[in-house]
Amino acid sequence: MSVQDTQQAAMTLADHLPLLQVLVPFMAAPLIVVIGARRLAWGIAFAASLASAGIALAILLQVLDSGMISYHIGGWVPPLGIEYRIDAANAIVLLLIASVSTVVLPFAARSVAAEIARKHQTLFYAMWLLCLAGLLGMVATGDAFNVFVFLEVSSLSTYVLVSMGARRDKRALTAAYDYLIMGTIGATFFVIGIGFLYAATGTLNMADMAAIIRENGADRTIQTAFAFIVVGMGLKVAVYPLHLWLPNAYTYAPSVVSAFLGGTATKAAIYVLMRFMFTVFRPEFLFEVRALDLIMVPLALVAMFAGSIIAIFQRDMKRMLAYSSIAQIGYILLGIGFLTETGLSAAVIHLFNHGITKAALFMGAGALIFRSGSSFYRSLEGLGRTMPFTGFAIVIAGLSLIGVPGTAGFISKWLLVQAAIEKGWWPIALAVVASSLLAVIYVWRVVEVLYMKEPKSAGTRDEAPVSMLVPLWIAAAATVYFGFATELTLGAAQSAADSLMSGFSPVHAGGG
Amino acid sequence: MRHHLILRVITKLLAGAIMLFAFYVQFHGDYSPGGGFQAGVILAVAFVLYGLVFGLPAVQAVLPPWVVHKMMALGVLVYAGTGVISLFTGYAFLDYTALNPAHPEHGQELGILWVEGGVGITVTGVMVAIYYAFAGRPPRISDEEW
Amino acid sequence: MDWAYLLGHLNYWLFIVMMMTGLYIVIARGNLVKKIVGLNIFQTAVFMFYISIGKVTGGTAPIFPTDMKIDPETVYTNPLPHVLILTAIVVGIATTSLGLALVVRIRESYDTIEEDDILDIETRIAREENREYGDAMGGRA
Repeated sequence: MSVQDTQQAAMTLADHLPLLQVLVPFMAAPLIVVIGARRLAWGIAFAASLASAGIALAILLQVLDSGMISYHIGGWVPPLGIEYRIDAANAIVLLLIASVSTVVLPFAARSVAAEIARKHQTLFYAMWLLCLAGLLGMVATGDAFNVFVFLEVSSLSTYVLVSMGARRDKRALTAAYDYLIMGTIGATFFVIGIGFLYAATGTLNMADMAAIIRENGADRTIQTAFAFIVVGMGLKVAVYPLHLWLPNAYTYAPSVVSAFLGGTATKAAIYVLMRFMFTVFRPEFLFEVRALDLIMVPLALVAMFAGSIIAIFQRDMKRMLAYSSIAQIGYILLGIGFLTETGLSAAVIHLFNHGITKAALFMGAGALIFRSGSSFYRSLEGLGRTMPFTGFAIVIAGLSLIGVPGTAGFISKWLLVQAAIEKGWWPIALAVVASSLLAVIYVWRVVEVLYMKEPKSAGTRDEAPVSMLVPLWIAAAATVYFGFATELTLGAAQSAADSLMSGFSPVHAGGG
Repeated sequence: MRHHLILRVITKLLAGAIMLFAFYVQFHGDYSPGGGFQAGVILAVAFVLYGLVFGLPAVQAVLPPWVVHKMMALGVLVYAGTGVISLFTGYAFLDYTALNPAHPEHGQELGILWVEGGVGITVTGVMVAIYYAFAGRPPRISDEEW
Repeated sequence: MDWAYLLGHLNYWLFIVMMMTGLYIVIARGNLVKKIVGLNIFQTAVFMFYISIGKVTGGTAPIFPTDMKIDPETVYTNPLPHVLILTAIVVGIATTSLGLALVVRIRESYDTIEEDDILDIETRIAREENREYGDAMGGRA
C-alpha cells in the first residue's frame, strides 16, 4: 500500500469539502427515491442544493485565500488515484452551478406542480439532483476519464428532464431524443480524445498529462486528441454549427429545467473545454495548432450574429432565449479565442454573469407561462401590466443580457471589448458592440409585447405566486448586484484566468 | 405461453439455479472474475425469464415495481454510504482502511464486499426496471393478432 | 505504405471502419431505433479501441498468483483501459435504454418512429402555430 497515504488520518470535515460538493446532491438523489414521498422530495432537493451552494462558497473563499485544493478519493495518491482538484477556475463555476440550482429550486415547486404529471414529480427532483451532481463533478474532478463519467451522469439526467416537458408539448420527446443522439456522439468523441491522450501520455490525471505534454512536446497523437476533445465538448457547449440540439431542448423542456440548464449545463462544458485547452494542452500548443484564430474566433463571431439575428425573428420567448444563449456562448468562446489573460477572464466572468442572467430570464418566461399557458409572444401580450413584478424583473435581466452599464452583462462585455483592443483587433471590438445592439432588438420585442400591447384581461392584477417571484427577483437583483460589486467576480475571474493560463499551480492546502 | 409445458417446467427449475449462480458470482468475486455488475445482471435474468414465460403480472407479484425502484436507489446509497463511513472516522472518501484501521487489509476486503453488494442491488434493480418499463407498455399488436 | 504498417495498425483500421459504420448509420438512417443501434456500434468501436491499446506485447492477464509470488520478469497487460471501458459500457447501456424509452414514448405520441414522418408532423404543428401566433424564423417551430 505504498501509494496510499495512510499517515494523515483524522481529516476534518473542512478537508472533505471538494468531495462533499459532489456527494451531497449525489446521495440525496437516491434518498428521494428510497423515501418516495412526493411532499418530501422538494425539501430534500432544496436542502441538498443549498448545502452544496454553501460548500461551493466556502471552497471559493478558501481557494482565493490559499490556492488550490487537492482531494484524493479513497486516499489513493494521484496520478494513480482519482483526484479532485479545485482552483479559482473551477471554484467559480461550482459556485455558479450550485447557486443557480438553489435559486431556481424554490421556483420549481409551483412550476413543476403545474407542468409535470403528479407521479413523475418525485423522480423529477431525483433527476434534478443527479444532473446537479454530474455538473458539479464534471467541474470538480481532475481526472480526465472521471470528467466523462460525470458528463454522462449529467447528460443522461438532462435528457430525462427535457423529455418531461412532453406533458405540455409532445415535441419535448423528439427534442430530448435529438439531444441524446448528439450529446452521446459528443461524449463519445470526448472519450476517443481521452483515449488518444492516454495512449500518448500513459496517465489520466489532467495535471500529470499537462506535465508530460510539456516535457515531451506534442506529437500527432496529441493533436488528434485535441481535435476530438474540442469537437466533442463543442457539441455539449453548443458551439455554433454544433448547436442544433439546443433550441428545441430549451424550448420544449419544462420552464424550470430551461432555467436550470440555461444557467449551468453549457457553462460546465465550457469550463471543461477551457480546462483542457489551457491547462492540459497549454497555450503554446494552441498557438502551434492555430485552431483558435482560424476556427474558434470566426465561429464565435458567426454565433454572435447568427444567434442574435435568429433570436430577433422568433415569436416564442423561450426559443428566443435559446437562440440568444447560442449568441452569448459565442461571446464566451471569443474571449477564449483571444488567448490572452484578459480575454480568458472576460470569458470566465461572462460565463458567470450570463448564467445568472439566463436563469433569471427563463424563470421570468416560466412565470409568464404559469399564468398564460404558453410562451408565444401573442399570448404574453400586456402581461407586463397584469404581472408588474414579473415583467420588471424580466426587463432588468434583459438589460443585463444586452449589457447596459450597471448590470452584470456590461462588466463582461466591457472586459471582452478591452481584451479585443488589447490585442489590436478593432473590428472584433466593434463586432461585439454591434451584436449587443442586436440584443437590444430582441429584448425590446419582449418589452414591447409585455408593456405596449393591451392585456387580454384588462385591469386585473394576476401576479405570479410568491414562490416564483422571490427566486426570480433574487436572480434579477444578482445581475444588478454583480454589475456594481465586481470585486468578487472580477477577482475570481482574474485568478481563474491566471490559474488556467499557468496550468495547475503547486498544491498549497493539503487534503485527502 | 400457457401451452408450453416444457418451457414452464424448465423455467421453474432454472430460475432458482440462476439466482444461486448470481449469488455465487457476487460473493466469489473476491477470488475469481465476478462481482456486483455480473451478479446483478444474472439475478435480473432470473426475473426476466420468469416474466417472459409466466407473464408480467406473475413476476410483478414476486417483485413489485415499487420494490425495484427502491432497489435501484438503495444500492447507490449502500455504495456511497460505505464511503461516507470513512469520512466520519477521519479518512478520505472510500478509503476502506477506515472500516478496520488495525488491519487495513480486512477493512479493504469488507469495504469492497459492501460496495459490490450495493452495485449488485442497483444493477439488479435497473435491469428488472428496464424490463418492466418496456414490457409494461400496452402492446400495439395484441398477442392474438400475431 | 507497406504490409507491416497496415497489419501493425490493424486494430486502428478496424476501429476506424467500425466507428464510421456506426456514425453513418446514425446520420443516414431515418428509423429512430436504427439510429440507436448505430450509436451503439459507434460506441462499441471506441470500446474496442481502448481495449486494444491496453494490450502489451507478450503480456499475460493482469492477475497476481494467489501465493503473491510475483515473478518480476512477467509482463502484464494493462488492465486500466478494461476498467475504464467497463464504466463506459454501463454508460452505453444507460444511454441505449433511455434512448429506446424515448422512442417508445415518441411512438405513442406520434404513432411513427420514422424521422421523415415525425418531421412532417412537426412541420404541420409549426404551420398551425405560425397561423395562430405569426411567422418565425429558424428552426421548425
